Amino acid sequence: MNQMKNFSKGILRENPILVLVLGACPTLATTSSAVNGLGMGLATTFVLLGSNVVVSLMQNVIPDKVRIPAFIVVIATFVTIVDLLMQAFVPSLYDTLGIFIPLIVVNCIVLGRAEAFASKNSVWSSFVDGAGMGLGFTLALGVLGAVREILGSGAIMGLKFISGDGILVFILAPGAFIALGYLIVIVNRINKA
Amino acid sequence: MAKMQSTLRNMVLSLTLISLGASAALAYVYEFTKGPIEISLLNKKLEAIKQVVPEFDNDPNAGMFLLPTGEGDSLEVYPAKKGDEVVGYAFKSYTEKGFSGHIGLMVGFTPDGAIYNINVLEHKETPGLGTKLVPEGTAENPAFKDQFRGKNPAEFSLKVKKDGGPVDAITAATISSRAFCDGVQRAYNTFEKGGLK
Repeated sequence: MNQMKNFSKGILRENPILVLVLGACPTLATTSSAVNGLGMGLATTFVLLGSNVVVSLMQNVIPDKVRIPAFIVVIATFVTIVDLLMQAFVPSLYDTLGIFIPLIVVNCIVLGRAEAFASKNSVWSSFVDGAGMGLGFTLALGVLGAVREILGSGAIMGLKFISGDGILVFILAPGAFIALGYLIVIVNRINKA
Repeated sequence: MAKMQSTLRNMVLSLTLISLGASAALAYVYEFTKGPIEISLLNKKLEAIKQVVPEFDNDPNAGMFLLPTGEGDSLEVYPAKKGDEVVGYAFKSYTEKGFSGHIGLMVGFTPDGAIYNINVLEHKETPGLGTKLVPEGTAENPAFKDQFRGKNPAEFSLKVKKDGGPVDAITAATISSRAFCDGVQRAYNTFEKGGLK
């Protein structure tokens, strides 16, 4: 497969959140600000890259009937590594993302790519696939976080540009659904054009 | 290489090997991050103590002791000293009455029992509402917790206005504000009972 196409499909055409709508739970929960969204996106990208490469390397030594447990062990290992590294080196981000880092284990995007792509393709293709999907996920989370932060607290990247409060609902859960809904509309429109 | 068949031997073997590899990798990363995690947790605690007591030059962490709350548990107390004189005590208090449960507080008292400052260590309150417990205010734009500064709970009852007290609750976050008062009260009760005055 053309590697450029392989890479770019994760960003728009098969964007994991906006088109496939996978991993919506951490998406809705962690995007209350742009920084949180980006942090979550990058952590997931790291896990995706690692698990895609390792799963692809081991595709021939994992018997079919136990492939899912094997993938989960690999993914859980990478998630725990991210968890420990974040706790050690970016404690403030770790505090805000909290429970959602361990939950990357059950994020459908990571297992989905391992199952649907990495276990059938070469290491390099899987790496590119992971990078594209990760970037798509990070971009979607970053944009969603930025939109919610701008509307909800009148700030961007923590810098306030209005005094007082924004439209509070966008910081809360309903705002996450509303903003995600409109983003999906826009991306589908672009994809159809 | 041909794909491995799903025989029992192969399945057990491959899962065992994968798990072994995973544990080895995790053991290495754990050892590698153990030090930095401890340091960052300690720094966070020291930073919180620094904010809630007057300037000090000892190591409050070394002088830490436990005081019973009278409710069956104890609070960690960090004495802050300048030279030999005690300038304040930081109490690591908590409340379970937050809108989403547990809130951890670091409450600083001067030796006469007045509140010096309060720091929210951990919470799960509603973003945009209950989270207003956290920020430090400025002189012209005071934040919620600034109204406690310099007040002595002996004469300043820790109750929100709705409950007949003097504390201005955060708009739309009365439960969080009430919980905050509860945590501070717990620290003060412990302080009083501990005979530190």
